[in-house]
Amino acid sequence: MAIVSPPRQPNTPTLIEFDVRTDEMLVNMGPQHPSTHGVLRLLLATDGEVIREVTPHLGYLHRCAEKIGENVTPIQFIPYTDRMDYLSAMNMNLGYSLAVEKLCSLKVPQKADVIRVIIAELNRIASHLVGMGTYGLDLGTFSPFLYAFREREMILDLFEAACGARLTYSYLTIGGPHDDLPLGWVGQCRTFLNYFKKRVPEYHALLTTNHIFISRTAGVGVLPKQVALSHACSGPVLRGSLDRRAGDPEWDLRKLEPYCGYETYSFQVAQPPFDDEHFGIPYRKPNEAVIGDCWHRFFVRMIEVVQSIAIIEQALGRYEKLQDEFLAAREKHLAEQAKRSPEERKKAEVAYNELLKTRLGHRVEPPRHLPAGEAYLETECPRGAMGFYVVGRADKPVVPLRVRAKSSSFLNLSVIREIARGCLIADIPAIIGSLDIVMGEIDR
Amino acid sequence: MSNSPPALPLLPTVEILHQLRERCGEAVLSVHPEALDPFAIVRPSALPEVMAFLRNEPDLAFDLLHNISGVDYLEPDPKKAAKAGFEPHLEVVYHLQSFQHRHRITIKVILPRWKDDQVGQLPEAPTVSHLFGSADWHEREVFDLLGVNFVGHPDLRRILLSEDWVGHPLRKDYEYPLEYHGIRGR
Repeated sequence: MAIVSPPRQPNTPTLIEFDVRTDEMLVNMGPQHPSTHGVLRLLLATDGEVIREVTPHLGYLHRCAEKIGENVTPIQFIPYTDRMDYLSAMNMNLGYSLAVEKLCSLKVPQKADVIRVIIAELNRIASHLVGMGTYGLDLGTFSPFLYAFREREMILDLFEAACGARLTYSYLTIGGPHDDLPLGWVGQCRTFLNYFKKRVPEYHALLTTNHIFISRTAGVGVLPKQVALSHACSGPVLRGSLDRRAGDPEWDLRKLEPYCGYETYSFQVAQPPFDDEHFGIPYRKPNEAVIGDCWHRFFVRMIEVVQSIAIIEQALGRYEKLQDEFLAAREKHLAEQAKRSPEERKKAEVAYNELLKTRLGHRVEPPRHLPAGEAYLETECPRGAMGFYVVGRADKPVVPLRVRAKSSSFLNLSVIREIARGCLIADIPAIIGSLDIVMGEIDR
Repeated sequence: MSNSPPALPLLPTVEILHQLRERCGEAVLSVHPEALDPFAIVRPSALPEVMAFLRNEPDLAFDLLHNISGVDYLEPDPKKAAKAGFEPHLEVVYHLQSFQHRHRITIKVILPRWKDDQVGQLPEAPTVSHLFGSADWHEREVFDLLGVNFVGHPDLRRILLSEDWVGHPLRKDYEYPLEYHGIRGR
């Protein structure tokens, strides 16, 4: 919008005022812009280099996922959840499965829960690696991206061994994963974790303590706690704005409303301030960083990666124990079945199946029809609290009446209007990168 | 940092619903503590008051509005409609949580499918976007996909679909377009 100077009055002494304000310019960023992480279009109203107003335009990746959910059975909808947050598809599968299980009051075997924890946390690491690597790309450093993808490939190899897919897994279905982990997988996973643990300090050397990285992120895009709460942000975006010492609760659904037995694992919730060595990482926050800025959001993810390693290690131990128990029980069962009379055999079969259902199996069959009623469940995904709302019907068709996917990135992105106002154009990639959005999840 | 198990919610949901009923009186049409996610049905016109009460009451302090979803209760097939078990209506469902106390509650508003039963007239619900920042985009989404007019919303336009789209696709009687800007549908 051009600012027109007032017309000069005739017959008056000439008084020339220089209007030093520059014209407001509209800059269109996206939908094909490398730093908008997909097809996001931002309309920036700028005053020189300074942002006056940001208007996000969404919907370029809208694929009617919720409408599809009303027309397919819950199991058939699992592949569509893969395509929401495609960087952590396992977590999406898990979120929807848990919501449907809540509606059906379905209990899954203990081993299924352990597999889910292992897989979901591995995917959290993979997702944060992409977040970290592409954040480096946004800020102009290429090498962290290559290292991050090198490690992510190994996780994808593990997933491929488990379910055959590398991006859209559909592995954690309703009732448990569709197959047990293959033989030797636990060993491979351990090898990876031991390798990966040594790599984490490298990322910190490349990014966290990098002087240029700090000056691009510290103190930039500060998200105040009140704004984060009003917009119902979640995940690392919210945690980056909280203060442990001010008495804010550890806002992680794995702690607050544990699912899949997360309450039995010991891990810490990454929450600022990061000026001590609470998390076993010998890095502290740089002096310029303040709580709620891009650097803190980034660092929360980096700590979560380390915490995920700890969770996976605990879960692998449990899985091995349960698997040994399962193999022994199966062997014993098969050996004894041969000697039994037909009636005894039937009885033993029932008892054995019960054992599989409650403890040692990897999956139970979900009911074909959803009950009437509705269930809303949120899980802690890498990008925040992903919620699924499933409504069943009384006349019991096989499809739900309504499937709603509440996206965490959607709400995390909605704060951009608040936090980008008054910053520089060059900070926009830094802010969007720190929110770590995935457009597939926002547009669904 | 402690690794202690999480504290239980301070108030059981039954108690929250009871308080809500006591304080908001006629605004609350019914409460359903027995549901999987206990909910209260609120009179549409009183929604902002109820939400403000839930947010500002220190014992409740529901300051996180996680989700707004619309549900279209309609069975388009007239043969199955009798068995469906519901009358045609729209529901707008609000999922709230308290940051301080961690407890959750669900609030529902029941709207007619069309205002004054005139097809094409969008039903109206008051906005809560002045109370919760997250309501801004969520209300736009419900407007976009289900066609609920949130009265008082500062910027009620489509968010996921393009601005010249016709209809609201998450309605059960939505008809798929045959053509959109020269692109063949179906």
